[in-house]
Amino acid sequence: MLEDRHNIKSWFYLAPALVLLGTFIFYPIFNAFFLVFLEDYNYLRGTFEGFTLTQNFRYVLTDPNFHLAMGNTMLIAFVSVPLSVVIALLISVWLNAVPIKRLQGFFQTIFFLPYVTNAIAIGMAFAFLFNQHYGLVNWFLGLFGISPINWVGLRAGWGTAMFSLLVYVTWLGLAFKIMVFLSGLQGIDKQYYEAARVDSASRSRIFRRITVPLLSPMIMYITVTSFIGAFKAYTEIIGMFGERLGPAGNDRAMITIVALVYDALDRSGTTGALSEAAAAALILFGVTLIFTFINMQVSKKRVHYG
Amino acid sequence: MEQAVYGNEKQIKRRRRIRLGIVYALLVFFAIFILIPFYWMILTAIKVEADVLRSPPLLWVSPTEWQFANFSLALERAPFVRFIINTVVVAVISTIGTVITTVLSAFAFARLNFFGRDILFFILIATMMIPGEIFVITNFITVVNFGWIREQTYFNAILAMTVPFMTSVFYMFFLRQAFKQVPDELYYAAKVDGKTDRQYLWRIMVPIALPTITTITILNAMNTWNAYIWPRLVTQREEFRLVSNGLRDAFDEGIGPPLYHEQMAAALIVTVPLIIVFLMLKKYIMRGVSRSGIKG
Repeated sequence: MLEDRHNIKSWFYLAPALVLLGTFIFYPIFNAFFLVFLEDYNYLRGTFEGFTLTQNFRYVLTDPNFHLAMGNTMLIAFVSVPLSVVIALLISVWLNAVPIKRLQGFFQTIFFLPYVTNAIAIGMAFAFLFNQHYGLVNWFLGLFGISPINWVGLRAGWGTAMFSLLVYVTWLGLAFKIMVFLSGLQGIDKQYYEAARVDSASRSRIFRRITVPLLSPMIMYITVTSFIGAFKAYTEIIGMFGERLGPAGNDRAMITIVALVYDALDRSGTTGALSEAAAAALILFGVTLIFTFINMQVSKKRVHYG
Repeated sequence: MEQAVYGNEKQIKRRRRIRLGIVYALLVFFAIFILIPFYWMILTAIKVEADVLRSPPLLWVSPTEWQFANFSLALERAPFVRFIINTVVVAVISTIGTVITTVLSAFAFARLNFFGRDILFFILIATMMIPGEIFVITNFITVVNFGWIREQTYFNAILAMTVPFMTSVFYMFFLRQAFKQVPDELYYAAKVDGKTDRQYLWRIMVPIALPTITTITILNAMNTWNAYIWPRLVTQREEFRLVSNGLRDAFDEGIGPPLYHEQMAAALIVTVPLIIVFLMLKKYIMRGVSRSGIKG
C-alpha cells in the first residue's frame, strides 16, 4: 500500500462526508428499526405506550389498500423491467450494427432523451396521449375501427389505467438501459464475432451464444437495479395521475408501497403514523432484499464473468 | 464447397444491405415511439384551445398558426420562472456541497491508508441497497428539529432541500474509481517535490479527474430537476417549491376544465431547459451514464 498509515489525516478528509452520512443515512436506518417497534408513538408529543413487535406491521398489512399496493408494485416491476430490458437489449444491438457513426450518434441521442426529461412533465403528456376524446392513442386505434377507450379519464377502470401506466414506465426505463448495453456491446472484443463468422454461425446463434453471455454481467446488474427502482415506483404515477394516484373517480387505483409510506408520512403528527411509515418502508426493503437475493442466485448459475 | 459456405460476394452484399435496411426500419420505429410524447407535448402546447379539444385530434399545426400565448397563460397560472430559479439555486448549492465532500472522501479511500478503511467502504456501499424511503421518514423529523420547516424562510427552505443531499455514496464510489486510475508515480513525484497531500489532491488529482467531476455535477443537477417527493415534504410555501412540484400542483385537482394546452405549455417550459443542457453536454452525460452501469 501507499506509505504508512495516516489515521488522523484520513479521518479529517472523511469528516464532512461522514457527518452528513451519519445524520441523513446511518441514523435514519437505526431510527427506522426503532420507530417500527414503538407502540402508539406520537412524535409531536414525544410519547409512546411501550414496545411492540408486530403492531405497526399489522397496521400496514391490514390497511385496506395494502393488497392493491403490493399487487400494483409487483405488477409494475414484473412487467416493466423484463419488457424494458429486452427492448433495450434489442435496440442497443441494432444501434451497434449501424455502420455510420454520425447516424448512430443521432439515434443514440433520441433514445437517450427520456433520461433527461422531467418525470412529472412527461407523465402529464402521457396522460393526455391516452385521453379518451382528444388523445393520440385512441385516434390511432380508431384507424382500425376500435371505438375510443377510456384509458385514464373519469372513472376509468383499473386495467386500462394500469396498461397506460405500464407503457409510460417502460418508455421511461429504456434510455438508461440502452446506454449501458450499448457501451457494453462496444466493449466486446471483435475477435469473437470474427471467429463466429468463420464458423458461419447464424445471426440468432451469435446473439444467444456470444452477445448475451458476454453482456450477461451488465444485463444482471441492470436487472437488479431496475427491480430495486421499479419497486419504488411513485413519481411516475404522480406524473400521470396526480396526487390522487388514479383516474378521477377511481382514486388510489394505482397506489404502491411507496405511496403507503408517504400517505403515513403526510399524517406524521398523528399517533402511530411514523411507525406505520417505517413499517411500510421496511416491508419494501424486505421485498427488495428478497428479490436481489433471488437475482444473485440466478446470476451465479447464468452469468458469465469473462 | 467454398461457394456453398460463403456464397458469392454479390449475394452476401445484398443480404447485408437487406439486413441493414431492416435494422434501420426497426430503429426508426422505436425512435418514433420515443419521440411521440415529446411531439404530442409540443403540438398541444402550440395549439389554440379549440383545436386541442377537437376529436379526432389535429396531428399537425402549420407554423403560421402556432399559438405562443399558451406559454404566457401557463406562466400566469403559476410562477414557473420562480420555480426554475429555486431549482437552479438548490442544484448549484447541493452540487457544490456534494463535489467537495465526495472529492475529499474519495481521495481518502483511493490514496490514503487508514484503520478500518475497507470495512468502512464496504458499509457505505451496502447502504446503497436501502430504499430511500427509510431515510426520508427520519430525515423529515430531523429537518423539523433543526428548525428549517416551521415559519419557514427562503433560506431555511433551501437548507432543508440541500443539506441532506450534500454527499452521495454512489458519487464517492464513482470518484474513487477515477482517482485510482491516476498512476502512483505521480503521487511519489509530488512527494519528492515536497507537495503536501492537500496540494497533490487539488492540483493534480482533481484536474485529472475533471471529466468524472463534471459528470457528477450534471447527474446531480438532473436529479434536482426531477426531485419531487422531498421538496414537497419540506417546503411550506408555494413560492419555495421546485419545478416538479410547481408543475404538478398548478394542474392538480383543478376545478373546471383541465386546460390541456396550458398544461402542456407548462410541461414544455419545464422540459426544455434540461434538454438544452443535455444537448450541450451530451458527451459528459452519456459517458457518465454508460460508466455508471459498469461495476468495478
